[in-house]
Amino acid sequence: MNNTSTLHELTLAQLATQLRQRKVSALETAQHFLKRVQANASLGAFLDLNEEATLAQARAADAVLAAGNASAPLLGVPVAHKDIFVTRDFVSTAGSRMLAGYRSPFDATVVAKLASQGVVTLGKLNCDEFAMGSANENSAFGPVRNPWDITRVPGGSSGGSAAAVAARLVPGATGTDTGGSIRQPASFCGITGIKPSYGRASRYGMVAFASSLDQAGPLARTAEDCALLLSAMCGPDPERDSTSLDVPAEDFTVSLNASLAGLRIGVPAEFFGAGLASDVRAAVDGALKEYEKLGARLVPISLPRTELSIPVYYIIAPAEASSNLSRFDGVKFGHRAAHYSDLTDMYKKTRAEGFGDEVKRRIMIGTYVLSHGYYDAYYLQAQKIRRMIADDFQQAFKLCDLIAGPVAPSVAWKLGEKSADPVAAYLADIFTLPASLAGLPGMSLPVGFGAGQMPVGMQLIGNYLQESRLLNAAHRFQQATAWHLARPHGF
Amino acid sequence: MSLSAADIARIANLARLELKPIESERMLSQINGFFDLVEKMRAVDTTGLEPLAHPMASVDDIALRLCEDRVTESDNREANQRNAPAVEKGLFLVPKVIE
Repeated sequence: MNNTSTLHELTLAQLATQLRQRKVSALETAQHFLKRVQANASLGAFLDLNEEATLAQARAADAVLAAGNASAPLLGVPVAHKDIFVTRDFVSTAGSRMLAGYRSPFDATVVAKLASQGVVTLGKLNCDEFAMGSANENSAFGPVRNPWDITRVPGGSSGGSAAAVAARLVPGATGTDTGGSIRQPASFCGITGIKPSYGRASRYGMVAFASSLDQAGPLARTAEDCALLLSAMCGPDPERDSTSLDVPAEDFTVSLNASLAGLRIGVPAEFFGAGLASDVRAAVDGALKEYEKLGARLVPISLPRTELSIPVYYIIAPAEASSNLSRFDGVKFGHRAAHYSDLTDMYKKTRAEGFGDEVKRRIMIGTYVLSHGYYDAYYLQAQKIRRMIADDFQQAFKLCDLIAGPVAPSVAWKLGEKSADPVAAYLADIFTLPASLAGLPGMSLPVGFGAGQMPVGMQLIGNYLQESRLLNAAHRFQQATAWHLARPHGF
Repeated sequence: MSLSAADIARIANLARLELKPIESERMLSQINGFFDLVEKMRAVDTTGLEPLAHPMASVDDIALRLCEDRVTESDNREANQRNAPAVEKGLFLVPKVIE
């Protein structure tokens, strides 16, 4: 039997192999990671554990492994879920006081799909309230700390997912990305994450934020690990999600090793303007040079409406959020105020107590732009520019096969630094919003370090359903470089 | 464009949110700051453009599926009501609404 004390150093793919070869059991693996989670509770990455449920799943995986019919590649591998996915065995809060203690009667499709592959659920991960935020400081249950520097934010909204993976508390995690919530925390924490094309993964059981943008995806240390997880998460869900694409599940690992010779990488001028910090720029430039060495060709392109994507996103997302969050009224589930005078007063006090500041702000913006007399000027106008942004990408993809640039204008900032000025925080989402609005697949991979020795991520954006190509490009980069192997001190 | 305190009160009522006076004040300045950012968007000429709702509709004819009208779920009332703040005899309880 193996020495289990270093299991967390293995990538998810390596761990899966060891499990399959029965060098280590799923039970030992789960116990090892649970111990690490408990020892590092001060990071704030996890919101709920259920040791009994986790160990029962691990024992079930071991039984399948012992019977020798281990066909599922992820059998026995521990994964933790962003607390935006509802789960039967764990509390599901979406990072909100509104859902404190909520027990879902069902599992989200993504959770169920991973479970059906024999994945062991390790627990639930902290996130910004209803996935609204870019620093994980909007969680009702406290912030998450960045393992590279615990005085800094991990990014958001999938901040718990990124911090947990970076700190080796779990080899892979699920996240969701509405405007950058997988890519940006992956970048800030020096790990790899991918948001697939809109509609690839079912939204059923994902607590809804902005339905036309929300998309699930994995975060892990390598592109190969992300490919394994994404393959298990995607696929049509026609009965449960009306926007789920009728595209068969795909094995995203098959073309990981394809050559990059002749690959045309578009470099959008608008992603390299004055707003980009020089340390991030240097790291991304270095990565682009590495791609040239791997046989790719850089092509200058333009995404002229990059800056417009900020107001467009911050109209559309709050509009959809204000509609989605109207279900929280203290009647069927969730928080209800203790004292009120009548039904309307109960709604108002319940929502005042249950929602945090950022969520209230977005509900207010959304309610306003959808209200009588303003709909055309704001929401409809935003949806029209959204088409222009999507069309800009199609123009660009005539010249290139994928697009590369920074994920965020800077490395992770200090806790509290941007919390007083929400608009300043919105501006920092500039490079992830365009692909979100267009529904394109995007990923982040570590490409170096910047100020304060904090990780820098590079963003790759592909055309619709080109996840394999993104993962291939990221994997080849990781075969040639070692940025993704760097480990935060003490973890 | 600039919102007033009365606008904030009106929107908060529409959104069924009770705001403390200090919250309303803060909300007013933050939302006005936000709408400065939005002004650029309003100036864009979008004549003749169709709004994009499903992102993939930009390259493909996407029609949202309609579900067949049939029973797919069994009775799950007890499980579904387990999270309810107040329930009696299988019904959700709310404050009296009819005098």
